[in-house]
Amino acid sequence: MTATLWRGTVQRLRANPAAVAALAVIALLVVLALAAPVLNPNSIETLDWSQVATAPGLVHAHWFGTDRLGRDLFVRTFEGARTSMAVGLVAGAVSLTLGLGFGTIAGYLGGRADYLMMRIIEIVSGLPLVFFVIFLTVILGRSSYVLYTSLVAVSWLTMARIVRGQTLSIRRREFIEAAVASGGSPAHVIMRHIVPNVLGPVAVYATLMVPQIILFESFLSFLGLGTQEPHASLGTLVAEGAGELEAAPWILLAPGIFLALLLIALNVLGDGLRDAFDVREAG
Amino acid sequence: MNAAPLALGQPTLRIDGLKVRYDTGRGGIGRRAIDGVSIAAVREVSLQVSAGESLAIVGESGSGKSQVFLAALGLLASNARIGGSVRFDGEELLGMPAAALNRIRGSKLSMVFQDPMTSLTPHVRIGVQLAEVRVHHADATWREAERGALDMLERVGVPDARRRMRAYPHELSGGMRQRVMIAMSLMCEPRLVIADEPTSALDVTVQAQILSLLRDIRAQLGTSIALISHDLGVVAGIAERIVVMYAGRVVESAPARRLLSAPRHPYTSLLIQCAPSLHDARLDRMPCLMGQPPNPAEPEIGCAFAPRCPRATDLCRELRPPLTGIDELSQVACHHPLAP
Repeated sequence: MTATLWRGTVQRLRANPAAVAALAVIALLVVLALAAPVLNPNSIETLDWSQVATAPGLVHAHWFGTDRLGRDLFVRTFEGARTSMAVGLVAGAVSLTLGLGFGTIAGYLGGRADYLMMRIIEIVSGLPLVFFVIFLTVILGRSSYVLYTSLVAVSWLTMARIVRGQTLSIRRREFIEAAVASGGSPAHVIMRHIVPNVLGPVAVYATLMVPQIILFESFLSFLGLGTQEPHASLGTLVAEGAGELEAAPWILLAPGIFLALLLIALNVLGDGLRDAFDVREAG
Repeated sequence: MNAAPLALGQPTLRIDGLKVRYDTGRGGIGRRAIDGVSIAAVREVSLQVSAGESLAIVGESGSGKSQVFLAALGLLASNARIGGSVRFDGEELLGMPAAALNRIRGSKLSMVFQDPMTSLTPHVRIGVQLAEVRVHHADATWREAERGALDMLERVGVPDARRRMRAYPHELSGGMRQRVMIAMSLMCEPRLVIADEPTSALDVTVQAQILSLLRDIRAQLGTSIALISHDLGVVAGIAERIVVMYAGRVVESAPARRLLSAPRHPYTSLLIQCAPSLHDARLDRMPCLMGQPPNPAEPEIGCAFAPRCPRATDLCRELRPPLTGIDELSQVACHHPLAP
């Protein structure tokens, strides 16, 4: 039953060349990021004093050049890509699940339950993020869990609001009433009739949310609360490169291009997903 | 106040003194009902649908005809206040826990909605939607249920049913979708199908097909049918008994043939005169019922129909006529009923 929905979605997605291309780009970037340590033996923290701030080239071992400490940018870019993609994927998936559950339940139940649940969202979104992260760091110590938790804590709120809005727009539609009149329990109606019908707009927002999370992570790293040296994320690398833009533009170039490619591909994929989730697009 | 509903054979659905009110003007937590208006959607209705019977409920928009059955199915908005009793096969439906109600809804008591264009879930294939009802209620396997769905689609006259099983709702026409809705309501061999204006969204030729389908189904399966409509012409060919509602009350209840040929209540009579006839082609203007139905937010004094009634007297404006039996088959609520 649900399997047929997925099969149809995959079929429609495959019929969309832009979405397929975006998917291919994302797959290529993932493979590159995972294979980079094998391709190039340099380490992310070794300082090469003979090659400080060297331009990219194939004659020496540093294909993407080095930064001003002489660290290899090829391995650092892909190390950063791995971090950023992991953050985006994990925090994105958790936010999506949380937001989808919370939003559909609030929107479907309506009335006091909805009122209460939305006030909870407002209270949580009223908390200043930086305070929140510092608070968690103090209690739990600095770890990637804290980073993920704080990213999720921020991004699921908007997702829940969007899902609730979408749910409200369809909960009074007749097919929902017909499902209730046919004896469907609230859990059944939500899972079977509401979630699949809000997936389209949610897919688009999810692909916009992943870049936001990636950028947010770099903001936290800049404050010293996220990824720390010698480890890197795309955000920290771009920030570092931006400072050397006039003297050594390549430091910005490699992570910048990677980040741009990833974000564009995600947006195109999201657009394709929205169409693919709509059965009426089948033609 | 009102007489007991006419008991004709074994009751399938018996509604006694049903009242539905809406209190408006209340907001979220902590807000008081300021200037809240209480709207009487159903003032008091008692009626019975007997086993195997086809009953039609006729009335203008706002007469409360749909509300009666939505209340029975537990589908009213949460601010509705409901009183009275609705018994289905002897079981009280009002106040029944949701889980128990869900076992009855869709299996023994099912509903066909007005607009087939929007009543099917858009992302699920027809065959799956149909089969799901039986899997859910009868613990059938998917294979059995899909066979049953195919069988039911053929029975309601969907051509090329095997291919239609794989179609999405938007790929079917309105008439076909209403056939699918009817098939869905029949998946678990219900005792009673409630059809809420099942043909209002369809064009006239399709309307006739759907009505004859409902007639056939009752003949073949012995299912009771409660047809809600604002159109006497629609119900004339299918209902055995007609209940006319006005302003949240039953004003007349009689066997269909009798009610149409010799209405006793002035409202029924005017409704029948309003239906344009093909035989009388020299109409200068459409006959119509002048005036407006009463405001459901205002208290009821006298007969609700009195302001529009050509036979109204001072008595009508002061005292509400009770619904009284004329004979064992008919009831009317009027101080000055028309002669038979």
